[in-house]
Amino acid sequence: MTDDRELVAMRGITKAFPGVVALEDITFSLRKGEIHALMGENGAGKSTLIKVLTGVEHPDRGTIALEGKQVQVRSPQQSQALGISTVYQEVNLCTNLSVAENIMLGREPRRLGSIHWKKLNALAEQALGRLGIDLDVTQPLENYSVAIQQMVAIARALAILAVRVLILDEPTSSLDMQETARLFDVMRKLKGEGIGIIFITHFLDQVYQVADRITVLRNGKYIGTYDTASLSRVELVATMLGRNLSDLHAVAQAKVEIAPKAAHACVAEAKGLGLKGSLAAIDLSLNAGEVVGVAGLLGSGRTELARLIFGVDAPDSGSLSIDGQKVERFSPHESLKRGIALCPEDRKAEGIVGELSIRENIILALQARYGWFKVLNTQKQYEIAAQYIKLLGIRTPSPDQLVKNLSGGNQQKVILARWIVTQPHVLILDEPTRGIDVGAKVEIQKLVLDLVKEGMAIIFISSELEEVLRISQRILVMRDRKKVAEYAGDVNDQTIMHTMAGDL
Amino acid sequence: MNAPPPLKRIRESRLFWPLAALFIILLFDAIFVPSFFKIGVQDGHLYGNLIDVVNNGAPLMLVAIGMTMVIATGGVDLSVGAVIAISAAMGAVLINPALGDRLITNDILTKDATNTPLVIIVIANLLAGTLCGLWNGMLVSRARIQPMVATLILMVAGRGIAQLITNGQIMTIYYTPYFWFGNGFILGLPVSVYIVALVFIVASLIVRRTPIGLFVEAVGINPKATFYAGISEKNIKLMAYAFCGFCSAIAGLILSSYVHSADGNNNGLNYELDAILAVVMGGTLMSGGRFSLFGSIIGALVIWTFTLSMYALGVPDKALLAGRAVLVLIVILLYSDQSRRLLSRLFDRKGARHGATH
Amino acid sequence: MAQRTKLFLLHHGPLLTTMAIFFLAYFIGGRLYPAMQKPQAFFNLFINNGPLLILGIGMTFVILTGGIDLSVGGVLALTTAASAALLQLGASPALVIPLMLVMGTALGCTLGCIIHFFKVQPFIVTLMGLFFARGMAYIISLTSLSINDPFYKQLALTQIPIPFVPKAYLYIPSLVGPILLLVAVYLAFFTRFGRTVYAIGNNEQSARLMGLPVGRTRILVYSLSGFCSALAGIVFSISLLAGYGQFASGIELDAIASVVMGGTLLTGGVGNVIGTLFGVLIEGTIISILQYNGTLSSWWTRIGVGVLTLIFIGIQSLFYVRRKHS
Repeated sequence: MTDDRELVAMRGITKAFPGVVALEDITFSLRKGEIHALMGENGAGKSTLIKVLTGVEHPDRGTIALEGKQVQVRSPQQSQALGISTVYQEVNLCTNLSVAENIMLGREPRRLGSIHWKKLNALAEQALGRLGIDLDVTQPLENYSVAIQQMVAIARALAILAVRVLILDEPTSSLDMQETARLFDVMRKLKGEGIGIIFITHFLDQVYQVADRITVLRNGKYIGTYDTASLSRVELVATMLGRNLSDLHAVAQAKVEIAPKAAHACVAEAKGLGLKGSLAAIDLSLNAGEVVGVAGLLGSGRTELARLIFGVDAPDSGSLSIDGQKVERFSPHESLKRGIALCPEDRKAEGIVGELSIRENIILALQARYGWFKVLNTQKQYEIAAQYIKLLGIRTPSPDQLVKNLSGGNQQKVILARWIVTQPHVLILDEPTRGIDVGAKVEIQKLVLDLVKEGMAIIFISSELEEVLRISQRILVMRDRKKVAEYAGDVNDQTIMHTMAGDL
Repeated sequence: MNAPPPLKRIRESRLFWPLAALFIILLFDAIFVPSFFKIGVQDGHLYGNLIDVVNNGAPLMLVAIGMTMVIATGGVDLSVGAVIAISAAMGAVLINPALGDRLITNDILTKDATNTPLVIIVIANLLAGTLCGLWNGMLVSRARIQPMVATLILMVAGRGIAQLITNGQIMTIYYTPYFWFGNGFILGLPVSVYIVALVFIVASLIVRRTPIGLFVEAVGINPKATFYAGISEKNIKLMAYAFCGFCSAIAGLILSSYVHSADGNNNGLNYELDAILAVVMGGTLMSGGRFSLFGSIIGALVIWTFTLSMYALGVPDKALLAGRAVLVLIVILLYSDQSRRLLSRLFDRKGARHGATH
Repeated sequence: MAQRTKLFLLHHGPLLTTMAIFFLAYFIGGRLYPAMQKPQAFFNLFINNGPLLILGIGMTFVILTGGIDLSVGGVLALTTAASAALLQLGASPALVIPLMLVMGTALGCTLGCIIHFFKVQPFIVTLMGLFFARGMAYIISLTSLSINDPFYKQLALTQIPIPFVPKAYLYIPSLVGPILLLVAVYLAFFTRFGRTVYAIGNNEQSARLMGLPVGRTRILVYSLSGFCSALAGIVFSISLLAGYGQFASGIELDAIASVVMGGTLLTGGVGNVIGTLFGVLIEGTIISILQYNGTLSSWWTRIGVGVLTLIFIGIQSLFYVRRKHS
């Protein structure tokens, strides 16, 4: 199969890590002047495939050809030399250096051995100009927004070498709609210049906006490559999840009957709660036996809200009362004693203690509430661990397994268990289902509804609107670090999406 | 094939390396300095090189116990040597019979007496060290200064403080009861051994019978997650540094009692490196997390067995500094991820070949 | 424009504060002790703190990468002892000086390689380097060795008059620091090496992904610091005409302190060598004041440097927080 438009051809790529086969016989091809979306759930093998292409990982088997020529990519430097450039999700630039340096460093123009600053700045401006951006390149990068930083990263990728392949790894996750549109313009422009773009994202809309073709990976296996025009969204989702359509339908139907909205006691009430630079004053009341969903984009203030209520940050205005008592001192430890719990957004950094066992992770918060000297004996610890491993369906051979060895979904369940053990009145879940497989997702949603039935009050924060809609009685919409609306009862996703986007 | 083979289990045990090192040094002694193992009885108590190892090594073992806690929280305490000096200076100043006496003559200064009760002296010793530890802990946990920098400040300024306390002099101690801590014997064994045993047992009980050990490990592994779990990660750190200061203070007490003097410049010199070495050798990772108090004790014993073996061979004290530095290097390299990976690959390949031949 | 001024102030705040504090300290010193008003008192700062300035320059690069070098004092002492021993054996200074510089660079390079290839925290490795170097110095000699070499003596005693300032002078070795400073400024701002140092300090991962030579730069930085330490050792041995393993104990904190006072963040990525010069000058001024006072004992300088370091770390974090917010 020869295709003279073919830029990159990866065939039979296999890569195993100790214990897992990350990639198994993957085929991937990229044409000149094409935007090719690489799709798959977390753990599908997208990032490993990119790492193989960029020389960060070396495949066990398989070949890579660039414009028909077999190549061995041994290091990131070499892949750059071949004209393959990557822009990552987190901007991988040095924020303390100037914009110009960030674009040109590594290929800086020199005069008599020293950096020719004037020329360097001019070249940087030129590189940004190619993307239609005009800014003061002598300022340090940290003075600019993430969106601009992303553009700078692309400018760097293009300026540094004769780029043939541009890889964009989740570039839009921290951009707003306008910024995303601007990025897409740039992408189309580059496509017109004959550059092949590999686009990784989890936003389906965006794929349908810009991508020409889609390749789907699942569990390290190649599923297929499709023309965007000929694959419907539902089909795409079904391919990614590896389920047939009726299965998906069943998940959507998992909406458990919501307990009738009785006049439950108010367990938490925030009045004008806010923190300068973090969250504008917010009013919120929370009743026992109710799920309040929080919808909003990344950076809308939803995580900040969770942090304030849980006491990670102390508010500088307003008040918070729990069970009628005004909170005076804010700290997770105080919250724990008051019966507030938070499953944080960043599971790895803020949730799990990886080198400790499942048992130790589960009893951590309970033990913290008991204090430094009251001891939970080992036998009791094992009982609790066994009970919750069973209750939440944590898949592990033993409670002594280190948490870092578990899958994302099971780690999330361990953290949930840690908090449920303490029997909180208020449970805040910040993105509890992010990056975990569909099965675990549904289990966690069911668990949430069970807890509510027992009278817990839950704040449910999620980027997945459909999920928020399904399990919440009330929905709070946040935008620009403010609460912009609160909906109760029937509301459709269109309304909420427009509120989130701010065009209503 | 499910359980790891016994050889691998032994090799991966925390105590494998320190015990192996101890064994090698003792083997070396058995061949080259056989007199090293001689233990005699004099005046009803034991003496000999092996007794010296535990007696001279006692301060280091104590400091290593404290340092283990600090390192387990992901920090480090470079000020232990200076804290030893401060504690020693505190003791010497309070013992000084001229304290509060306006008429200072030489025979008052060198009198075998003190105006301060021994209990008060000991308490002041320990309190001074603990306060230093608290100070470090405050800088690290509250002011959020990197542990290395925060304790470096006291490492240098602390020696100044010790000199300030003794007014820049090397103070000789003449008060006999004070010598008991470093030179006394109970049932034939040095008092310092009992002190170490007591501190070790109490510390082990505290960290293993209460959740404190778990909290310390959690803080060392992931401080943020620990904080989110409702544990006051700040107080855990504060406690660890204070405890380390406390242990260093006891070490200062024993050391000044052993050498009969307090010298701001030289008491506890180089203890920071030795203590870190002992802890790392004992299997506690510098990055924090899982720790072993017993391993650190073994580590300290290895260092002192090595040192005294070299003395027995006639190597001067100051020249040993370079030797110990090389020892640190070897241990660090052995424990680094790179060499571990290399080693286990080497062993595994051997194991695989074995399997193939069968 | 106001915005830019504000950004400028925020960006250079620590450095400006350092300069202001230096001038203030010097002014106060001059008011208290009129002897400090003489121009020579100012040049004495360079004469007395020459080695510290040299160490500080090397240390600045190390700290900019987010590392630390605790071995500087040891390498300095080893250089003094080794060069004294070699000179006593009758070796020519033309051989001894380059040899010492190579030794210091090699030591620094070794430490850098261990840090880089074995991924060990810099402070442990360099702490080990400190003990190793001092131990080697003691192996060379357990007592202080004097230097009688005529060339060293000449270097130590030749005064260079300062143009336009009557009766003011410097010694030849005290010129080394300022010259090295110029070289360091060039390195930091006009070479890829310098910019890579800043990049690593800000985000090592990014620097690597940007294709910058992270490993090489890091090893070079520790080699540079080793070189500076040896150079400082040579200057030190010339001014004291002696070599001893116990020289300059605790100078690593002095060097770190002057870097921190100069506005360089200990977390790396922010700061510059010019600040370090002012950090050294502040330390020198305070020591001068203590000396002019005469009643304050030497250990107060140690305590004083510790307290100053702490204060400046405080000032830094203040600026850092401000910048984050803006």
